[in-house]
Amino acid sequence: MSPSERTSLRFREEEEDVVGTTAAGLPVRRGNLRDYLPAVETDRQVNDWGRSERVEGLLDRTIVDFFYNYWFRAEVDGVENVPSAGGALLVSNHSGALPPDAAMIAKSIKEEHPHPRPLNITVEHFFKGYPGFSMLIPKIGCVAAHPANVQRLLYDEEQLVLVFPEGRKGTEKLYKDRYKLRRFGRGGFVEAAMRAQAPIVPVCVVGAEESAPIFAQVNVLQKLTGLIYFPLTPTFPWLGPLGMLGYLPAKFKLRFLPPIYFNQDRMWEDNALVQTVAHEIRARIQENVLDMLKTRKSVWFG
Amino acid sequence: MTQTTSKRILVTGLSTYWGARLARELEQNPDIEAIVGVDSADPAGELERTEFVRVGTQHALLRRVVEAAEIDTVIDTRLVVDSTVTTSRLAHENNVIGTMNILAACSGPASSVRKFIFKSSAHFYGCNQDDPAFFTESMGRPHPPRTPIERDIVEAEASIEEFREKNPDVCVTAFRFANVLGPDVQTAHRRLFELPLIPMILGFDPRYQFVQEDDVVNALKHAALHDLPGIFNVAGDGVLAFTEVCSLLGKQFVPILPPWGTGIAAQALRRFGVVIPPEMLGQLRFGRGLDNRRFKATGFGYRYTTRETVQKLGEHLRLQPILAGVREPYRYEREVEEFLRWSPYVRRGREEEGEPPPMPSVAQLSELQKFLSAYAAAAPPQPHTEPEPAAADEVEPIEIHEPEPEPELPAGAPVDDYDDLEAEEVISLLGSLEGHDLVALRTYEETGQGRQAVLRAIDGVLSRREPAGTR
Repeated sequence: MSPSERTSLRFREEEEDVVGTTAAGLPVRRGNLRDYLPAVETDRQVNDWGRSERVEGLLDRTIVDFFYNYWFRAEVDGVENVPSAGGALLVSNHSGALPPDAAMIAKSIKEEHPHPRPLNITVEHFFKGYPGFSMLIPKIGCVAAHPANVQRLLYDEEQLVLVFPEGRKGTEKLYKDRYKLRRFGRGGFVEAAMRAQAPIVPVCVVGAEESAPIFAQVNVLQKLTGLIYFPLTPTFPWLGPLGMLGYLPAKFKLRFLPPIYFNQDRMWEDNALVQTVAHEIRARIQENVLDMLKTRKSVWFG
Repeated sequence: MTQTTSKRILVTGLSTYWGARLARELEQNPDIEAIVGVDSADPAGELERTEFVRVGTQHALLRRVVEAAEIDTVIDTRLVVDSTVTTSRLAHENNVIGTMNILAACSGPASSVRKFIFKSSAHFYGCNQDDPAFFTESMGRPHPPRTPIERDIVEAEASIEEFREKNPDVCVTAFRFANVLGPDVQTAHRRLFELPLIPMILGFDPRYQFVQEDDVVNALKHAALHDLPGIFNVAGDGVLAFTEVCSLLGKQFVPILPPWGTGIAAQALRRFGVVIPPEMLGQLRFGRGLDNRRFKATGFGYRYTTRETVQKLGEHLRLQPILAGVREPYRYEREVEEFLRWSPYVRRGREEEGEPPPMPSVAQLSELQKFLSAYAAAAPPQPHTEPEPAAADEVEPIEIHEPEPEPELPAGAPVDDYDDLEAEEVISLLGSLEGHDLVALRTYEETGQGRQAVLRAIDGVLSRREPAGTR
């Protein structure tokens, strides 16, 4: 995947507010299109995004449940900061060869939140083009990190969306760089939240770095396999593709920080503000990660 | 904004399924005065009042048709969106050059065209890895098109855009339709779903959205009846996974196409009669979803969701082997209709064609009888007998084209009633009168208002009655 194909959560062009007229000649505003979302067809097990209740439920009851409760023994703090209704953008630090953090954040909301809601995880476009992944990824609630997708989920469908602004830079970093947050993209996620008038909930994850440490990246093999990167971990590639799931039993700690609201109209037009907010959120997550590490006595037992 | 309802419509692509379907649908609407259909081949279906002109996309000829018929609305249904139906050279000729010519025929300051409706396709967006899950109308393609059909559609839409800019007073509507499915329309996807096993690309389960054939025609009609400038996605609600489509159809899918070298494998499958065009390969890999809300916001209601569209096709496919050859063809007396329209022996009271009105009702007849008897009593030239209402059999074809008479005549002095009647209303009742009543009526009309149309019509009816009486 060449750098030009990298995804950004930024809208390419400014879209007009009035998008058409009704048969009676009245203007149709983009904001009002929310009323025209298709009704949910209750007979279906797959939603319009390709999320499958059946596949997701099966994984949730087996692998995810096992890892959450017994392997990582996740400890959650401040889950009530996730709003019970309306769209919200969760922003987290990111790590691990096949990152376990997204699944754990989703599971923690499902398990601990008073009003559990499904979480949509944004992923690279790469997964849509890779056989196998392409089939599985949407079924378990992942969507491509396209600004239009985030806008529709946050604003129109009022759902929870999880983004990792570090993106691939977070997951390909080596063990020696653990818990040093990378640059938060170009601030596209802040813009997306401002457009959708949705709050941002920063999330800090500790333990993911140790559970799937990456010792080296092999560029030659990455090119040969067409994967986004080819890491060497304690189990991959020694145990084959399933080695990606060979996580070490590090203790997981998740902390949800208080939401940040954007109340003014058209805030996203101020680029400086967008960048400042992005920096501020990154700093807040970094600070809290260090705080959690400071009090951690053991990697394996917390 | 004011509503300009389309009155005189030109439909291109009459030899395609959509052109014929749309023309037949428009014929049902009595507000539409004239429907002219053009194509280089015969119409795909029987049509009642659509005038067919055999003309291709030569803009000089088309312009003459448009000017002569004072066309105010052009509906272009001619676009080829399926590369299996023709060669890519002919498709290019039709899609790009044809669109250009039709637009040339409609442009210019003196043109009578006020509305242009273009049937495009969601192939405009293509299928790519970095697509959004739902395309909105304002989004472009992320990458330039790779298949010939997609390239044609992008070019055709570019010329539509140019036309829109140059003719700001023309209402230009462009529809990007999702893949169409339905019991009657043949598409590449329909043929794929008719296979006993449905091929898939290994490791991919694309998202698919369909639109039912009836919704396509209704959408075009909706744009004809209202002013909807802009581009609209038209797709049924809901996006299905391909495996979901297969299970709704009750078919088994087989992932026999390899993820790498898919094009070569598709070529090999062609030998076994399984045709997978290149634009479909993209869809089978990445799928596509459309945001259909902008069109819904204009007041359009879809009759089918994507799921219902697939279910309906599934039902049809299951019944197909049982009902093969049983279905009745479209009942239509072509020769009779041709005679009524073109024969010099058919007399026309007026030029206007409209819906054939029903025969005069018994109540109306007796009203006129009452009036006539009153008139006869006032100046009795002949003995008067009561005619049976069954005489309506004798109505000549000419009366069929007259507009419906007023349903009820007001009570009062009979003579005043008669004078209130319009000439056409009188004429439409003539056929049901006896000979001597007609003579009485003629005398009255001559002495009274003396309307030429009524007198001529009475003479006509009388002269046609004579041979029958003397036989």
